[in-house]
Amino acid sequence: MSTPTLDKHSAALDAAENGAAHLIKVTFRIRRFNPEVSEDASWQDFELEIDPKERVLDALHKIKWDQDGTLTFRRSCAHGICGSDAMRINGKNRLACKTLIKDINPQKPITVEAIKGLTVLKDLVVDMDPFFQAYRDVMPFLITKGNEPTRERRQSAEDRERFDDTTKCILCAACTSSCPVFWNDGQYFGPAAIVNAHRFIFDSRDEGGEQRLEILNDKDGVWRCRTTFNCTDACPRGIEVTKAIQEVKRALITRRF
Amino acid sequence: MKIHKYDTVIVGAGGAGMRAAIESTKRSRTAVLTKLYPTRSHTGAAQGGMAAALANVEEDNWEWHTFDTIKGGDYLVDQDAAEILAKEAIDSVLDLEKMGLPFNRTPDGTIDQRRFGGHSRNHGEAPVRRSCYASDRTGHMILQTLYQNCVKEGVEFFNEFYVLDLLMQDVDGVKKSAGVVAYELATGEIHVFQAKAIIFASGGTGKFFKVTSNAHTLTGDGQAAAYRRGLPLEDMEFFQFHPTGIWRMGILLTEGARGEGGILRNKDGERFMEKYAPVMKDLASRDVVSRSIYTEIREGRGCGPDGDHVYLDLTHLPPEQLDAKLPDITEFARTYLGIEPYTDPIPIQPTAHYAMGGIPTNVEGEVLADNTTVVPGLYAAGEVACVSVHGANRLGTNSLLDINVFGRRAGIAAAEYSADAEYVELPEDPARLVVDQVERLRTSTGTERVATLRTELQECMDANVMVFRTEQTIKTAVEKIAELRERYRNVSIQDKGKRFNTDLLEAIELGNLLDLAEVMAVSALARKESRGGHYREDYPNRDDVNFMRHTMAYREVGADGSESIRLDYKPVVQTRYQPMERKY
Ligand SMILES: Cc1cc2nc3c(=O)[nH]c(=O)nc-3n(C[C@H](O)[C@H](O)[C@H](O)COP(=O)(O)OP(=O)(O)OC[C@H]3O[C@@H](n4cnc5c(N)ncnc54)[C@H](O)[C@@H]3O)c2cc1C
Ligand code: SF4
Ligand code: FES
Repeated sequence: MSTPTLDKHSAALDAAENGAAHLIKVTFRIRRFNPEVSEDASWQDFELEIDPKERVLDALHKIKWDQDGTLTFRRSCAHGICGSDAMRINGKNRLACKTLIKDINPQKPITVEAIKGLTVLKDLVVDMDPFFQAYRDVMPFLITKGNEPTRERRQSAEDRERFDDTTKCILCAACTSSCPVFWNDGQYFGPAAIVNAHRFIFDSRDEGGEQRLEILNDKDGVWRCRTTFNCTDACPRGIEVTKAIQEVKRALITRRF
Repeated sequence: MKIHKYDTVIVGAGGAGMRAAIESTKRSRTAVLTKLYPTRSHTGAAQGGMAAALANVEEDNWEWHTFDTIKGGDYLVDQDAAEILAKEAIDSVLDLEKMGLPFNRTPDGTIDQRRFGGHSRNHGEAPVRRSCYASDRTGHMILQTLYQNCVKEGVEFFNEFYVLDLLMQDVDGVKKSAGVVAYELATGEIHVFQAKAIIFASGGTGKFFKVTSNAHTLTGDGQAAAYRRGLPLEDMEFFQFHPTGIWRMGILLTEGARGEGGILRNKDGERFMEKYAPVMKDLASRDVVSRSIYTEIREGRGCGPDGDHVYLDLTHLPPEQLDAKLPDITEFARTYLGIEPYTDPIPIQPTAHYAMGGIPTNVEGEVLADNTTVVPGLYAAGEVACVSVHGANRLGTNSLLDINVFGRRAGIAAAEYSADAEYVELPEDPARLVVDQVERLRTSTGTERVATLRTELQECMDANVMVFRTEQTIKTAVEKIAELRERYRNVSIQDKGKRFNTDLLEAIELGNLLDLAEVMAVSALARKESRGGHYREDYPNRDDVNFMRHTMAYREVGADGSESIRLDYKPVVQTRYQPMERKY
């Protein structure tokens, strides 16, 4: 038995199946900072030979493992699902594990630095506590009143779809740390917290919408957003962050959600 | 050094740890120590679903689920535990829904269910829709939902605290746990947590393999800490190789892809699973499918220039179905392989996925010091533990279930225990072992590199103790691991600082992997039969006469300080199901 798909291979599949590594020379220009050594941050270049089909995270590992064990960054899952390794790569917020070297012009030095707006603690590691605090402040949990049903709460597939986009958030902070409003004023909740509020406000099972909207109506809440779309561009999960913020603003005006 | 005192301390904030924390925080003063921020835990990577016989879409019941779990585990499952797992599954899914988990829905608004490997109607008649799911990011939604509820309950977390030692004391001839020692990543400071009850929920240990679906941080720290303090490790030879990892990278493509109708094909386009499992076909249990894939490859029917992989074909499924049910994994194929799964088949190979073995516990989550004696106050749940509900091979969707059922049980049991118990006195100089270990690594001038040893370990494990094993390959692994352990003494690191010293922690994690790899290989060598995930080409049949029993591995230290592994065995609990030949 054969299938049409296997008879004609696409060029992309042929390329994907070509296991032979073809190494190229790449320069990584990394923003280093370690207050145990010096109060000042500085750029350091590392050269390595690497297959451009590999991830930026693979390159950082190669540097750490073969050249300089002091290079410090967070990572865990290595495939874009845990949210550990948001960083500024060539000036844009991305996950190192979801960015392939070939896609970011490896002919020129690739710059890597910590995300902005959060205090840098060492190299690419920032203080995430303010970020998680803003998240906790929007009451990111289902609020219900009355007795619990014995079985599951019913929800139509349509109602479930309504907030699907914002359930994808992995709390990587790529959006919040790309937001010029947040850079200027760390008190602003930032897009990620609003995304997570949205996830509940538009969940048909939730009854805490009013409380959450009050919190977001605060002076550091949604009205600070100036719709620059940086967050949407930065989101590695493809969430329409700006749209979610707009929907929360509209809900505040109409009190309908 | 700082000393903290809590009623209950939980090590790990994945699904098992947070499910436990939600219960124990309500009942006792609880601290959760976790080396990652909770939402970074690898539970978030789980895709396919969580099993429960809700019977929302077709007839089903927990008894069938129990049977499938036992059969899937090749009868090495403790049947009393499997029954609890399958029974409590139903409430466990409903609890998550009430906590807010956005499951996919049926047209009438109930939780939707889909097919998954090894789950069947009426004892193997046909596949059944038992897996409750949220798109292909069920684990992500479980992890998020549990974290949200931890926020709601005000659970106290110590983030980026690495637990490196378990403190045990002998109290009137009874082995008891007194606390744990943790290393704070941000500062390098060492903390001792004294606790009446301790729950290990620190996850799996897949990083001793090279091609694996596991995160970099899954290094078996909990198993290693318990083992070094004289506690046994159960069934460590049983490791699951998931059939569909992205070729060479190991990134998982959920079995849900086959549940949705995806088909495995060899280079001739043949649906080869029809040969190996006529009834369940592509949805036979994982060990069966992984062996079939390697058999195809070995017999020259593999794909690609080197014939070293096969295809997962989704091209016959409507794009809308892929977008709705499998958006994440199709995106992995686009991102990491640059191919379009609507039109291209995806190159895959088996990937090291799940540790069936671990720290032995009873059904309350209490840790066992031998075949029967519990360690009062010490608990384990999740992938770090071995209850054993998975036996020789875990069924897909049974682990997300395990972490919820037994995480909850351990959380309640631990908090109830700590309500009445007294603190066990800390040993003198409680942080000694960790302080010494950290100092030795920080000041070592040795010539060996962590990365080199780790790579050699991973390559050795992939080559010798993966899907197919023989006496010869396992012996090769045992020797290589011994050599690596010897060289590990001479390892040094470059980062000598205190702040965020991940160089140091990688070295410590490697030490854990080496210890556990040795236990795995030695346990595998002694099991001269094939069962579930442990396949010996030199003993291709299951041998119930000699090996229907759990392996219990103990670390022994001789008078001269030399270390060795002592193997013992524990009977399997059998209630109503007699072992039968396993066919799919
Ligand atoms: C890619 C993938 C997909 C999967 N899909 C499914 C599925 O669809 N269905 C299913 O049932 N199962 C699935 N599984 C299996 C299942 O997801 C895991 O077995 C389960 O989530 C493990 O949960 P856990 O809580 O035990 O561990 P984890 O979620 O791994 O959490 C471990 C925790 O321990 C902490 N920790 C570790 N070491 C230390 C230390 N030294 N000190 C302090 N803290 C520490 C970590 O910070 C983390 O918080 C999948 C697994 C993988 C890898
Ligand atoms: S919305 Fe996107 S960018 Fe922002 S934290 Fe969530 S996943 Fe990251
Ligand atoms: S390492 Fe997990 S998102 Fe990149």
